[in-house]
Amino acid sequence: MNYSAYTIKELKTSLKKKHFSSENVVRDCIQEIEDSKHLNAFITVCKDEAIENAKKADKKIKDGIDQPLLGIPISIKDIYLTRGIRTTAASKVLDNYIPQYSATVVEKLEEAGAIIIGKTNCDAWAHGSSGENSDYGPTENDYLEGYVPGGSSSGSAVSVSADMAFVSMGTDTGGSIRLPASFCNVVGLKPTYGRVSRYGIIAMASSLDSIGHFTRYVDESALVLSITAGHDPKDATTPKKNVDDYESYLKKDIKGIKIGLPKEFFSNGLDTKIKEKIEKEVNSLESRGAKVEIISLPNTEYAIACYYIIQPAEVSSNLARYDGIRYANDRTHFTDEAKRRIMLGTYVLSSGYYDAYYKKAMQVRTLIKNDFDEAFKKVDVIITPVSPAMPWKIGEKVNDPLAMYLSDIYTVTANLAGIPGLSVPIGLIDGLPVGMQILGPHFSEGRLFQIGQAVEDSGL
Amino acid sequence: MKINVKHVAKLASLNIPENEEKKFENQLNEILSFIEKLNSANTENIETTSQITGLENITRKDQASSSLSQDKALSNTKSKHNGMFKVKKIL
Repeated sequence: MNYSAYTIKELKTSLKKKHFSSENVVRDCIQEIEDSKHLNAFITVCKDEAIENAKKADKKIKDGIDQPLLGIPISIKDIYLTRGIRTTAASKVLDNYIPQYSATVVEKLEEAGAIIIGKTNCDAWAHGSSGENSDYGPTENDYLEGYVPGGSSSGSAVSVSADMAFVSMGTDTGGSIRLPASFCNVVGLKPTYGRVSRYGIIAMASSLDSIGHFTRYVDESALVLSITAGHDPKDATTPKKNVDDYESYLKKDIKGIKIGLPKEFFSNGLDTKIKEKIEKEVNSLESRGAKVEIISLPNTEYAIACYYIIQPAEVSSNLARYDGIRYANDRTHFTDEAKRRIMLGTYVLSSGYYDAYYKKAMQVRTLIKNDFDEAFKKVDVIITPVSPAMPWKIGEKVNDPLAMYLSDIYTVTANLAGIPGLSVPIGLIDGLPVGMQILGPHFSEGRLFQIGQAVEDSGL
Repeated sequence: MKINVKHVAKLASLNIPENEEKKFENQLNEILSFIEKLNSANTENIETTSQITGLENITRKDQASSSLSQDKALSNTKSKHNGMFKVKKIL
């Protein structure tokens, strides 16, 4: 792409100075999507609409109108409803579904001037950690042929890392933004539960679903959150809490910031090369004045088990609505992973098993939340790996659902505790990217951007 | 604990072909035995958590507002009659 060297800020300046037009940039992104079709990052490309909207943006720019994302091409996970644009959730159940309304976040981004260039591929219904569960074929990592980009927001991560879009919206229920961000060398934010409206986004597990995004740089992640965050009367879980001035955190010094390293996240099972890379980053933060201490989150060992009760239970309930009557195809179109989760959820909620499974999991969820509450009395942020392993080869884990589930081991706790998490790139190992996770208390996204910016600046 | 795939599929209104029952049964049992891990967590006197940021009883005024037109609401269905969704007989 001709414009990939530009940050969003630089792009906006150049658009304003008429060095080139939004139409040029949009056409260039679409060309990139077409040239890299083999990556299978998109399910639907909105070529005509995007060019039309770019022309409108160019007119606005000419008229001196300023909007935060005016004329900037973005992509959207195909699980966000987009009025008039087919929305599939990467499932053949919704193969022919044309939404009559848009998600609140989509409306906010459009009001901010962004140009939607297409709907990205993902694991069907956001069920997966690799992007391979899509009914429209797997997405491929653009760093190394034949490797997974991570999931479930697979196409979103690839669209940003392969220069097809400057921002991509994703969803994170157990790691579906942070894991692919780590695998694709981009910045991925999972905001606090309820910070961003879920309205109009196809529900996976309603008590865990978080609405976040991918960008190439930390300051751009802050910019996007300042657009998407806030109360929405259509989503009762969004509190009437002021949205922070996220960008004001970016220049703050990290001197005296207390960083916790949970010992449970650095024990057996973590790739030693990943561990070494994170230690290097942490040392660098320490040399710039941060204080580092080892902490404990003792209930971490229960996180995956807890998550794989609560999440399928809510999935089975949310997917019960797809009866093929009011819209879409009938239930015979569900594929294996959705069937597994529906059955697992139905089983744990069924008569006689509810207390043993669901209620127990909801209690363990309290224990996990308490662990974080205790930890954040001592430290400002927690730093962990995103994934215990590097990206794997396409096909390697498809027949072993449990092995696939375990790749979320470092990410699910944030969803269970409702806290925000930021995955920032920390370089490559053997040609594949790796990220580092920064976690903070509820509504501390500004602090995460502050640390994330420091990591980005270290240039290690 | 063993899962009865046929029974659970019926409850969830899923169609599982007979030659796939065994595969799902094995996979789901493996996941369930992993989940059993939770039994060793001490949850005595621990409250359950369902809303994680602590919101309670969010209400709104009971006021009608504009909604989709009838035509729009029906725009994705293959089965309609006289401006209404047509469904199969249930009882």
